[in-house]
Amino acid sequence: MRSKTWHLIPTALLALALASGTAGATTAAEQLAALSAQAGTAGDPARGQRLFTSKHGAEWSCSSCHGALPTQAGRHASTGKPIAPLAPAFNPERFGDAAKSEKWFRRNCKDVLGRECSAGEKADVLAWLITLKP
Amino acid sequence: MMNMKSFALLLAAALLPAAAARADGERLRPATANPSYQQECGGCHLAYPPALLPAASWQRITADLGKHYGSDASLDPATTQTLTRWLLLNAGSGKRAREAPQQDRITRAAWFQRKHDELPAGVWQRPAIKSPANCAACHTGAEQGDFSEHRVRVPR
Repeated sequence: MRSKTWHLIPTALLALALASGTAGATTAAEQLAALSAQAGTAGDPARGQRLFTSKHGAEWSCSSCHGALPTQAGRHASTGKPIAPLAPAFNPERFGDAAKSEKWFRRNCKDVLGRECSAGEKADVLAWLITLKP
Repeated sequence: MMNMKSFALLLAAALLPAAAARADGERLRPATANPSYQQECGGCHLAYPPALLPAASWQRITADLGKHYGSDASLDPATTQTLTRWLLLNAGSGKRAREAPQQDRITRAAWFQRKHDELPAGVWQRPAIKSPANCAACHTGAEQGDFSEHRVRVPR
């Protein structure tokens, strides 16, 4: 019984590390690592770009507000408000806070895909955003 | 004993903000007064000064942020509660509180339509404006709560 309990500790620690990896101050690269670990596979930039620029049966794609290439400012599709660049190399404020990233992924995935995105899908999108360099 | 000059200065200091706030309600408590409101609501649209809608409208809007004018604007319960309290506390009074506009949209309020009725048709569709929700496209001081006509620049 005791050995079984001890055996569980590394798993629990790993889960804790993963959970804390998606909260608080961080970097885009760290968030990508955490999402990839959660998904069990590395983020794929090409797949991320496809997800980002496609409509998924509804009115909007991510590009509708962020632009097809989010290295410059976009504009909100319905309100017209300018939106600062999303790619972290063009806007250091992006992906600096994992809770904030999670909130926006949740809101925007629901708008674009009609559901929340999986960890794998988020890893794909972030992997692509990180490849965008000045 | 206070001399006349410092008394006059004090008097001016006391009266000026009040006068600015009264100027036809054009100078409104800006959203920047609440960083959390600015951050949570100002991502997709101008964080509208709370005085632009009556309390009943804010109550309905914050009760259903998951379905927010065609978009998901949901927040965690604690933040929702804090922002709701602040919005209700600073909601519109006077002419803006008399009735909740249709669909709780600022742009449907009678005072809003009256204030904008001299604009040429099609002005909202201009690429730099796009929507009547985009206050800051023309009201250059909107982020600071300044909707004075003197600061309006309508892009071509």
